[in-house]
Amino acid sequence: MTVPLLKVDNLAVEFGPKANPIRVVDGVSFEITAGGAVGIVGESGSGKSITSLSILRLISEPPGRIVQGRIEFNGVNLLELPRSKMPDIRGRDIAMIFQEPMSSLNPVMTIGDQIGEAIKLHEAMTGEERRARVIEMLRLVGIPDPAGRLDAYPHQFSGGMRQRVMIAMALACNPKLLIADEPTTALDVTIQAQVLDLMHKLRRTLNTAVLLISHDLGVIADVCERVVVMYAGRVVEEADIRSIFRTPQHPYTRGLLQSIPRLDDDRDRLYQIPGSVPLAGSVKKGCPFYERCSLRIEKCMNKMPPMFSFGPDQRAACWVTASQADAKEKEAALQ
Amino acid sequence: MARYLLLRLADAVPTVLLVLTLVFIAMRILPGDPAIAALGDMATPEQLEIFRERMGLNAPLWQQYIDFVWGMLTLDFGTSLMNNQSVLRLIGYNLPYTIELTIVAMILGVGSGIPLGVLAATHRNKAADSAVRGFSLLGYAVPDFYLGALLLITFSLNLGLFPINGGGEGFLDRMHHVFLPAVTLALVKAAFIGRLTRTSLLEVFGKDYIRTARAKGAREPRVIYRHGLRNALLPLTTGIGLSTLATLSGSVAIELVFNRPGIGKLLISAISERDYAVIQGGVVIFAMFVVLINLMMDLVYIVVDPRIRVQ
Ligand SMILES: Nc1ncnc2c1ncn2[C@@H]1O[C@H](COP(=O)(O)OP(=O)(O)OP(=O)(O)O)[C@@H](O)[C@H]1O
Ligand code: SF4
Ligand SMILES: [Mg+2]
Repeated sequence: MTVPLLKVDNLAVEFGPKANPIRVVDGVSFEITAGGAVGIVGESGSGKSITSLSILRLISEPPGRIVQGRIEFNGVNLLELPRSKMPDIRGRDIAMIFQEPMSSLNPVMTIGDQIGEAIKLHEAMTGEERRARVIEMLRLVGIPDPAGRLDAYPHQFSGGMRQRVMIAMALACNPKLLIADEPTTALDVTIQAQVLDLMHKLRRTLNTAVLLISHDLGVIADVCERVVVMYAGRVVEEADIRSIFRTPQHPYTRGLLQSIPRLDDDRDRLYQIPGSVPLAGSVKKGCPFYERCSLRIEKCMNKMPPMFSFGPDQRAACWVTASQADAKEKEAALQ
Repeated sequence: MARYLLLRLADAVPTVLLVLTLVFIAMRILPGDPAIAALGDMATPEQLEIFRERMGLNAPLWQQYIDFVWGMLTLDFGTSLMNNQSVLRLIGYNLPYTIELTIVAMILGVGSGIPLGVLAATHRNKAADSAVRGFSLLGYAVPDFYLGALLLITFSLNLGLFPINGGGEGFLDRMHHVFLPAVTLALVKAAFIGRLTRTSLLEVFGKDYIRTARAKGAREPRVIYRHGLRNALLPLTTGIGLSTLATLSGSVAIELVFNRPGIGKLLISAISERDYAVIQGGVVIFAMFVVLINLMMDLVYIVVDPRIRVQ
């Protein structure tokens, strides 16, 4: 088997005092192959951003800390690297764009300097070459008149344009993996579609692997082949896009699917999963989804379900659907 | 940008007028008769009358007001009632000493305050941070005239390292004279600027673009200075401007303690001798400096904040 580009294994992140920590990410595992695209989906507060920040070790410490697990990039555990080695990887091998395009650019630096800095940090180039590369990147992400915009400041750009600048900056050193944390959430719908289109195009032309984070399964289905569903800091289901849409196995995933707005929608109101996400770290035992689950049985309250396999490409952490699948299998075997 | 500058300049005009008006009113309601003050208790009513006529004190109030404003704007401050010297010349002699003291104090204060603030912010809640905080507290708590006297006694009187009074002649000698008074003022400035730098930096460190800088592979020194401090300069500019004003007014007490020439010293002795013309001129010059420093701050904003520069 080939080594995956990124392998996150049993990651746990805690916040707060060591004596009384809050575990906001717990036992998260997933993989991305070179050039592949994986999405992480989950409601607000489910730990998506913390998981993605952990990969680059960008969690501010204190108050946060990674307390367990491995994050292997090309076979090297990033968590074991000396802290001083991380800047070499950030921006060059793994780049990241953020949820907040309005505030993620430095307000007192020109965008030419900001993109140029990303290049300067990792590649030896003359000023001329660097300038040419910056212009090329700006053109690639669809900024009109790129040469004329080098000396512009972030406040002179709209939100959508700023996110394009962020993408140009992230891709300037041709990273092997791009982590995009809700790159379109803060943008309006048409701009959102344009930015997603752009990510599509870039994936095809540059062959960059993508980890796309969103609370919108539709957005993820647009760009990714695989999905990781997170709930209250844990992975509750993981599968290829087809299986997620055709045979979702976790009740939470089913709820998420039902709440996607559809064009042929004739319902008055969008479906909403009843209840709300439990506070980070508040679930100490049993299934984290228990409070909101319509399939729950007594066992769920006391024992945390492990990940069960549902076919070769799908895994989900649910006692009930796993035993239902088991029964189906036995039935099929009997017939 | 040009518009911004014009607006700032236009803003300064009413400020100047307001200041002049306040000074005018204050001088009229101040106790004591300037004529008696100038000529002494023994002057005859005739002498007093001649004096009043000469000084324009008998003209209608509006006439006095217009003459006053015009005189101040054309730097015609009149003559000292005490020694008949031109007030402009008195100010011209003293002002450089005050400016020199303010500039050296600010260079020392800002030059040590910013590094202290960076140190505290980057070692948040560690020993270095506590040390800087302790120093700031001390800087706030100790009155500057007391500190000045302490330094004067220790380094000038006891150790003989610095001159005891005067302003000095020639650059090196003047620097020698200005050093202790400047250090006195600078200590309070350093405490203030240090704290301000720490707070501003810590706020900037929490910003999303700092995370972006780290995410693209910038190492800590670059994150701190290129991205952090550069943005913290915006709130710092305001603080440094205010601090310069405070230094200017603080120089009054310090000039007295160190017995060095300066506008502050000039003002104090003029007040004790009821030399109205000098008081008036000194106060107006002080006020003009306040306006000037504010204008300079607006200029600095243009340099440090592109959101003002390019719209
Ligand atoms: N600095 C912090 N201190 C304490 N708790 C934190 C901190 N940052 C995040 N958390 C907690 O970690 C949990 C996960 O946060 P995270 O930002 O990863 O959620 P998310 O899935 O990205 O949500 P969203 O969709 O809103 O971005 C949240 O419950 C949050 O309260
Ligand atoms: S384990 Fe139980 S509570 Fe959890 S999702 Fe499955 S059925 Fe619901
Ligand atoms: Mg998030």
